This record gives sequence, structure tokens and C-alpha cells, in this order.
Amino acid sequence: MTLALEMHGICKAFPGVQANDHIDFQLEKGEIHALLGENGAGKTTLVNILYGLYRPDEGRILLNGQEIKINEPRDAITHGIGMVHQHFMLIPVFTVAENIMLGTEITRNGLLDRTNAARRIRDFSHEFGLDVDPDAYISDLSVGIQQRVEIVKALYREADILILDEPTAVLTPQEANELFSIMRSLSAQGKSIIFITHKLKEVFAVADRITVLRDGHVIGTTTPREATRSKLATMMVGREVLLTVEKGPPKLGDVVLRIKDLKVKDDRLYMAVDGVNLEVRAGEILGVAGVQGNGQTELVEAITGLRRSVDGRIEILGRETTNASPRQVIESGVAHVPENRQKHGLVLSYPLVDNLVLCSYYRPPFAHGMVMDNEAIDDYGRRLIAEFDIRTPSEYALAGTLSGGNRQKLIVAREFSRASKLVIAAQPTRGLDVGSIEFIHQRLVEQRDAGCGILLVSVELDEILSLSDRIAVLYKGKNIETLPAAEATPEHLGLLMAGIREEKAS
Amino acid sequence: MTAESREMTVQAPAAWIRLVTDLAVPVLAVFTALAIGAVVIWAAKANVVVAYRGLLEGAFGSVRNLTETLVITTPYTLAGLAVALGFRCGLFNIGVEGQFYMGALCSVFVAYAAKGLPVYVHLPLALLTGALGGAMWGAIPGFLKAKLGAHEVINTIMLNYIAVKTVDYLVKNPMLDAAATMPRTPYIQPSAMLPKLLPPYRLHAGLLIAIVAIFVVYWLLWKTTLGFEIRTVGANPDAAKYAGMSVTRNFVLAMVLSGALAGLAGTGEVLGLNHNLPAMFISGYGFDSIAIALMAKSHPFGILPAAFLWAALRNGAGLMQLRAGISIDLVNIVQALVIVFIAADEIIRWLYRIKRRKEEIREIVFTRGWGR
Repeated sequence: MTLALEMHGICKAFPGVQANDHIDFQLEKGEIHALLGENGAGKTTLVNILYGLYRPDEGRILLNGQEIKINEPRDAITHGIGMVHQHFMLIPVFTVAENIMLGTEITRNGLLDRTNAARRIRDFSHEFGLDVDPDAYISDLSVGIQQRVEIVKALYREADILILDEPTAVLTPQEANELFSIMRSLSAQGKSIIFITHKLKEVFAVADRITVLRDGHVIGTTTPREATRSKLATMMVGREVLLTVEKGPPKLGDVVLRIKDLKVKDDRLYMAVDGVNLEVRAGEILGVAGVQGNGQTELVEAITGLRRSVDGRIEILGRETTNASPRQVIESGVAHVPENRQKHGLVLSYPLVDNLVLCSYYRPPFAHGMVMDNEAIDDYGRRLIAEFDIRTPSEYALAGTLSGGNRQKLIVAREFSRASKLVIAAQPTRGLDVGSIEFIHQRLVEQRDAGCGILLVSVELDEILSLSDRIAVLYKGKNIETLPAAEATPEHLGLLMAGIREEKAS
Repeated sequence: MTAESREMTVQAPAAWIRLVTDLAVPVLAVFTALAIGAVVIWAAKANVVVAYRGLLEGAFGSVRNLTETLVITTPYTLAGLAVALGFRCGLFNIGVEGQFYMGALCSVFVAYAAKGLPVYVHLPLALLTGALGGAMWGAIPGFLKAKLGAHEVINTIMLNYIAVKTVDYLVKNPMLDAAATMPRTPYIQPSAMLPKLLPPYRLHAGLLIAIVAIFVVYWLLWKTTLGFEIRTVGANPDAAKYAGMSVTRNFVLAMVLSGALAGLAGTGEVLGLNHNLPAMFISGYGFDSIAIALMAKSHPFGILPAAFLWAALRNGAGLMQLRAGISIDLVNIVQALVIVFIAADEIIRWLYRIKRRKEEIREIVFTRGWGR
């Protein structure tokens, strides 16, 4: 095998943190090389150096055995290095063709030659098996197709080395599988791919080699054949990680949440929740499975008071709370880990300590009358930050400066520290790394064992299966089946999530 | 590649460094605006040194000039606080001008019509009525936004016109002082007048009220649950709702408080300066106050220096015109440039190579656009 790229002794420090510490990295021609590591391990920093977005403090980069200097992305592009960012760099009101030729416009007599450009891009993308419609507007395309446009854009600039920065974070499982087959066909055509991820499943699905980073160091390089999930997880986190959740049988108590014939409309006034019946008892985790968009969001919003229901009844701890205000729901003893962290869960421009009292700021000891006790708030914040191991330079740092995993820990710290009898957790581990997932899962089980009823809404089937005591499957706003977790298999749930019930099949 | 997506931890800098960098941009913005102003003066074939010396002397050159600057600082401070408080709740209160009029109207009525009250009853009563008048005028767009989702920008602009015309009608008809040559209300009772601070100069106790208001607004926003709610709604209304706060109630509350401050600004002019309300009571304070809040980045402690600067420019312009033959409009150019440089602070950061702190998030929410 010949080396396409070598990075030697790369160092990069940011104020207060050594993001990359003498990193050596080798990329072979035509391979898919996964860079695996937790959030903040230095993966993105390393590829940003390679793409010229950062300058390394030390270290050399060799391309095909020749040392090169990359001072800005333009240098990377001329050297055949292309990058697909996590957040796409596309102009929504432009067409696919216009986006792809941006910077290298095809002209005739000084005017844009759209017909010619569209034809060339159509042929070009077809060559790589990445069919895109050059005349479609970006804003009309799904996220998966937009990503494909980004890949075509990089290839069109004659990239031989393709960097994909957490490409699956924004994709549905089906779209992710499509991306993997695209990656495989590109590598078969001789393109080398650097694939950044923190999901173990994905490296086994697509990578040829794996380099694990932790705290700015290379921990090791291995192949999917030699490695095991638990070995990789240990390398990433630096200690043994429980990939499966250990929990005893549930000690069931009273019903803490009862939902009867609930109907809720979504923003477009479609009936998103269409007659759901559920019961959650104290001491159990009820998992709500389903493909995204089958009414989960609206169900959670109706329970927590963020959205009005049109029909049906919700009872929390035996008291009716149908269409109660969010404050009434919170005060009745509900903790809510919201699906959308940035939108609902946190005020990103607030310091950590303020975010930790977001739902209880008006009660003693945090406020006496209308005067807030900032000392009590700060003390409480410091205690939770230590207890929940939130990594931050200061308790006054703004929530927006935290990594995704720490943001979620912040929310979990706030919600699980209030005395509550019902926990609503919506997509609690979406986008988080292994260490954080383990942490959140353990806390959920702790809450359950402490006698809370937990409604866990997740599109991750693995998560539902490993945590739930019972599983309800939502399909088109209806709870088509509720079954004990012991009786559920991924295949069975998969069928239910597609709306197929076994009675009908048999 | 956006700053947010570069995940890294950064040590928080020491407080004093933070203060210096926070002050650097506005100070350099003023400096740069004056420098460009100098080029304009030069292009108009006038003497730059004479012009700017005139501006400085006009603003600070004598006790009289300095106190006059402070006289103008007073309404600017209160009106600037009004806009800043709205900004903190995510509201763009363009109606400060109207609330200013209504405050002046209500206070002048109590101040001339109520007779025989002792000072310690009459003056507070007149101040309170003025604040209430502004608060009421601010409450209307607040309610319209909370209940009907009508955008406050449109409604506050409309209410400005209504306020101007209402004052005009009332002053020329039921409240007219028949003895006056120009249409105006009767003079207010001495018991409702704000005392002068440095007689014979016009500087009055309204300045003290403005300074107290700065601390009250700061205390309210950062030390009370009310302020916590207002700021949360301004920073992230979805999270505020999630946390059980009433977004609509806070919209109304913030508009009421903002209106009260604006009303107090108008009240100070009547009780401390004019001692009556003329029909032609065009102030422009309401609109300038938006610029002042913008320059202060909506922080109460930034309002006073920003208001003082604006007042100095306004007060010094006259002598500059006299000395250098430069139109007072030059001051408008300088003011406009300051606003441009503050709003687009990247220009200043680029000119003077000031780096943005990594953990810095654009905190101020000017307006949330149309809809909702």
C-alpha cells in the first residue's frame, strides 16, 4: 500500500487546552480511515489543520511523500484535499450546479453557461455513482442529498483525499447506510477518505482502519477485524465503559402518568398524535419507539404543557393536567429532558449557574420574594457541576461554550436534581459520545430505581431495547402496540415501527 | 466554519481585561467616527482644529456648557434605559418618543391642575403620573403583541403618531393657557417642580432620578426573578416557555417598564426644565435613545456614558457651527458613523486588530424579526 498522506508530530494548543499533542497519522491510498474519539478529543482540530483552517504549532504534513504547507483551505484544495463539514456550506437559494461550480464558474462570453455547467455536473456526478439533479434548488433537497452535493463539490475540485466530519450526525439511519455505500464505491475508485465519528457501530460498518484519539493524543490504530466494540470504547474513554446497561427488575409503584385517547395537532395542524393511550408506573422505564416524525415530539410537548391537545386526557400523579401550563406541569413533579437542547433546554448566552436554576429560580433558596440569592445559586451550581462531572473552565462560562455532551449533562443535572416523580426524556443521547451516553443511561436507571416513572422517547432502537422495561411503538400518531421489553426483538420492533403488526401478517 | 462549531474550552480572562476589551470597541468607534468627521470638515474647506475645539468647548468649555450637556443627558439616559430594557426582553420599542409625550402630558396635568399640595406629595405624585402615562402607552403594544401577536415595531410607530396628535389636540384645546401667546399649557405649580441642582444653571434633579434609575434597572434585571424572566424571554423565548415562564406576560411587563422609563424622561423635561407643555414639543429624544441603547449594548451602566456623549455632541454642535462655519449636521454624520461602527463592530475589530473572545456569544437581541 502506498501512503496518500502522512501527518507527523502535529501539535495545536488553544488557550487552556492542548487540542493536538504530537499526533501522527497516516492515510493509505484508497482506504476509509476512521478517526474515532469523544467530543473534544481533537479529531476536528486535526482535520481542520489538514484543511488549512488552523495552523499547527508544530508538525509536518506529507502528501505522496512530499512535504507540503497548507496555510488556508485554498492550498488544501489545490493539493487535492476536500472536506465536507458537519454544517453544510451550501447556498440554499442556488441550484446544485451553481453551488458546485461556485468559485470555478463555467462561462461563455463572460456570462454563466448554465446549460453546459448542468450537463457537465450531471455527467461528472454520474461517473461517481452520485446522481444529483443539477437544476434542483438546495433548499428543496433533503439533508442526505445536500450532503451528497457537498461530496460532489469536493470531487469536482479534484479531491483525492476526502474528509468527512461527523457526516452521519445529521442523517437518518437509512441515509447513513446510503452514505456508507457511496464511501465504499469512492474508495474502490481510489479516493482516500478520512471519516470522523464517535459512533462505534459506524466504524465497524464502513472503516478499513481506525485511529483512536483521546485528549489530543493518538491512542492507537487498529482495524475493525482486530478490534471489538468494548476495546474501542475503552480506548476512546480511557476506562472500561459499560456498553450495555445493567439494571435489576423494576419495582413497580403507582401510575404516575396516564394518557387517554390523546389527540394533538402539529404546527401544520395535522393530527400528529391521534388517540394515544399510555400508562407509566413509578419505578419503570417505558420506552417510546418509532421512526422520527410519528408524533413523538408532539406527544412530549402535550404532556409537558408546551403544546395544547385537542382531545383526550392527561393525568400526572392522579391529577388531571390536560392543557396545564408548563409551570403547573413542572410543579406537579415532572422533570423534562427536552428533545431540542439548544432551543428548549438551555439559554446558551447564560452562564452555567443560571441554566442550572432555569426552572426553579423563583423558589427558595434561590429567591426570597422577588430578590434572587446569587450566592445560593452559585453554590448550588458549583455542587451540581462537580456531582454531574460537567467539564467547564468555570461555573460562569456560558452554556454555549460547552460541548454537546456537557450541554446534555447540564440539562440532566438540572432536571434530575429536582424532586420529581416523572421523568420525560426525549432523545436524551442524540449526538453524544460513548462516555456521555453511558453517563446519561446510568442516571436514567438511577432515577428509575429511586422510584421515578420514566417516559423515554428515542429513535435509537438500541437505546430503547437496553433501557426500557416496557416498549410502546408509535406509528402515525397511534400507539400501535405496547409490549414488555423482554418480548421485544429488533426485528419485531422494526416491523411495528413500519406499521406492520404480526397479527395481520399471520 | 463557524466559531461555535470549533469545540474547545477557553479559560475565562480576568475581569479587568474583559472590561478593557469591552470598552475598546465603543471608544475606538467614537474616535474613528471623529476622525472621519475631520475628513468631512476638511473636505468642506473648514478648519478641523477650530471646528473640534468649538465642539469641545460648546459641550464642556464652561460650567454653563457642561451643565447644559448634563441637562440633555438626563432625558437621554432615561429614554436609553427604556429602549435597553425592551431589548433585553427581545422587544424593539420604537415607541419611546410616544411614551415620552404621554409621560409629559400626564405629569404636566397633575403638576398644574392640583393646587395646594405640599412638595413632598405633589412632586412624587407628578413623577408617578408621568411614569404611569408612559407605562400605559407602552402597555398597549405589549398587550397587542401578547394577545394578538401583532409586532411591536409597527404598533409603537403608530402609537407615536397618536401620542403626538393627542398632545397637540389637548394642549391646544382643554389644557390651553388662554393667556399664552404660543399654544401651551399653564405653568406648573412650584410644588411640582424638580429643584435646580446648581442655580442659576438649568441643571435639575432629573439627573439624579436618571442615575437612580440606572441602578434600579440594573438591580431589576440582574438581581430579581422579574429580571431573570425578562432576560430569559429575550435570550431564548422557547427555553423560557419550557422553564414555565409566561412569555406573553413578560412582553407586557417589559413594555410597561420600558414605557414608564420613557414617560419619566418626558416628565423630567416638564417638571425640571420647561415647567409647561408646549404644543410644539418635538424632542427627538425617543429616536436618539435607540442609538444610545445600541451603543451601550443594552447594559444599564453603559447608558450614562453613551447618553453623555450624545448630549455633548448635540450641545457642542452649536458653537462648532459658529466658530468653523460647519453645519451642525456634521454632528449627525459623526453620530451615524458611531452607530455604524458599533453595530458593525467587525469594522472596528478589523481596523484595530481586536480579537473577539472565543467564548463570546452575541448576546444582545435587537429584534426577533417579523411574525410570531
